[in-house]
Amino acid sequence: MTTLSRRTLLQAMGTGALATALASLPTFAQDRTAIRIGYAVSKTGANAGGAGISTIPNYLLWVDDVNKAGGLELSKLGVTLKLEVTEYDDRSSAEETVRAIERLATQDNVDFILPSWGTGSNLAAGPTFDRFGFPQLAGTAVTDMAPQLVQRWKNSFWFLGGGHDYANALVDLLVKQRDAGAINNKVAIASVADGFGIDLSKAATPAFQAAGFELVYDKTYPLGTSDFAPIINEVSGLGVDTFVAFSYPPDTFALTQQAVVANFSPKIFYLGVGTAFPIYPNVAGPNHNGVMGVGGIDPDSEAIAAYFERHTALVGQAPDSWASAVTYASLEILGQAITRVGDLDKSAVAAEIASGEFDTILGKVKLVDNQLRALWTVGQWQDGKFVGLAHTEGKAAREPVVPKPAWVPAS
Amino acid sequence: MLFSAILTGLVLGGTYALIAMGLTLQYGVARIMNLAYGDLIIAGSFGAMLLFTAAGLNPLIALFIIVPLGFALSWLVYALMLQPLARRSPNRDRLEGDSILATFGLLFVIQGVALVLFGANYQSYSFLAVPIDVLGTTIAANRLLAFALAVLFGVGLWLLLTRTRFGTVIRAVAANPGSAPLVGINVDHVARLAFALGGGLAAAGGVVVSMYLTFSATMGVIFTMKALIVVIMGGVGNLLGALAAGLILGVVETLVSSFIDPGLTLAATYLIFLAVLVVRPQGLFGKAAR
Repeated sequence: MTTLSRRTLLQAMGTGALATALASLPTFAQDRTAIRIGYAVSKTGANAGGAGISTIPNYLLWVDDVNKAGGLELSKLGVTLKLEVTEYDDRSSAEETVRAIERLATQDNVDFILPSWGTGSNLAAGPTFDRFGFPQLAGTAVTDMAPQLVQRWKNSFWFLGGGHDYANALVDLLVKQRDAGAINNKVAIASVADGFGIDLSKAATPAFQAAGFELVYDKTYPLGTSDFAPIINEVSGLGVDTFVAFSYPPDTFALTQQAVVANFSPKIFYLGVGTAFPIYPNVAGPNHNGVMGVGGIDPDSEAIAAYFERHTALVGQAPDSWASAVTYASLEILGQAITRVGDLDKSAVAAEIASGEFDTILGKVKLVDNQLRALWTVGQWQDGKFVGLAHTEGKAAREPVVPKPAWVPAS
Repeated sequence: MLFSAILTGLVLGGTYALIAMGLTLQYGVARIMNLAYGDLIIAGSFGAMLLFTAAGLNPLIALFIIVPLGFALSWLVYALMLQPLARRSPNRDRLEGDSILATFGLLFVIQGVALVLFGANYQSYSFLAVPIDVLGTTIAANRLLAFALAVLFGVGLWLLLTRTRFGTVIRAVAANPGSAPLVGINVDHVARLAFALGGGLAAAGGVVVSMYLTFSATMGVIFTMKALIVVIMGGVGNLLGALAAGLILGVVETLVSSFIDPGLTLAATYLIFLAVLVVRPQGLFGKAAR
């Protein structure tokens, strides 16, 4: 047993106090060699497919772009520093995400933390980001609760809108087509019984009814369904001109293949997540043309074209045409906010993100109430690009092609 | 409508049976509860996709490359990793426990290699997605192919097991690995062969489902789960049982999806599974408990 003398105790307390005082001193510029960026992303597990397309490539690309340009200038510290990355795999588990963020904040002492992929993981990580005071740039979360979340977590930023944005935009677009006589009044909806499908169909069903559409089929199917023959067979006999599926990537591809095989070619064929993926034209072949879905890009923007090129060169594949560009833009905003503030003060950077106007690949962007409200909501494959048909600000990059071209049977 | 739903269901069931047959061999004969089974299916899918997209090779021809590879890989895995476990296990239960742990690790090895090589993205290509009219019902040719292969493998292997001397040897090992050496059977050899055969079947399943299912490096466990349900339901080690159980599941899912609600297909699957477990715990075609 050891006894502590008063002197040892006092010495220990003194050292401790000194250490605390030192730790709370601002970091000196000469101590720093890099700006430390940390993130936990889903490299394995159920979210890996989504993260591998929309999130991870954009984090890599942004770091690469910034470092190639020499780094970010911190005027108050008088240096220009490159980015240095600490990365963890959260294995698609929300607990793992939270744990990794705590570790990044306390052990790795990173300067900024980027979020994981998906709505669920961003909602789960919100309190942790808030507790450590890090700005949370949710580039891949779709939630109607964003206005309330912003009240609760002041440093959270929501970039991908909510279910109502997408559902209402789709219904508005269809109303115009119906009033122009291009489609009939019957609509069939199939949605996946999981986060995205539930949110979207909850918003869409009343919107369709309010617009006077007749919902002749409105059913959900379980996550992981692989055979869509029963759904397509039933819907194809109902005489609908509009088929809407709020689906996840594997379902999106399977629904397309099944519809082609069954030769069910409605005038409007709208699918959920995965339609905007670069792999979709490979899956659907010539039949991708005219298919509608969530998201979209401005095909005439030079910034977007250059972004697609850089992305393809670095990652080996094109980005998706929905969340990818938005995620990248959120990182551009972070970088510009850091340079404007001129040092690594988290709350000052968050305040700048909330109030400043930024120059991104999406054009000039200013967040409204911590949310990106300038979003492409409905897209359609036209000439190899997933072009935006509807935008929250009322513009359209292209006119919708209705009816879509008839399916070309596989040979 | 009813007839069409049953036909669609049979074809879906063919897929289930096809992916379950290898597992029933591995579990029933080699007594290895292979948790990495689904990842071998995914490996087969990646192989087919690679050969199709990079070399333009018809997946049907790719079967003749990938199935022997799956066989060889499983042979190696058994010889290097599982044989020592099998030799030192005093009884079947112990081997099951050990093999679950060992193949659980193997799962992550295969998954990790696939992640490094192909990334976490969804992969999909389209082959033989041509409609075929079967008695008035339109069915995709690739799914029909899966059904045909399932029946072919199921019946073919069943005949092999029940009508040949080699089959008798395999069944002897399955029935009583302790006594089989007494009649001059090399248990190690037979178990390794059965495990490798199961691996070949898994690879074949992977090639066929890659023609119409979207897959990613991390989706193996979904196949393992589905295969496990079919295997337990049909009776462990029984190929005809796997075929029957797969077809029943497919038909029930499709009927429920067509006539009740697509949202209830999973519930129906597990209800049937539960009913079979309650009424016939040894599986539809399984032998009564030893």
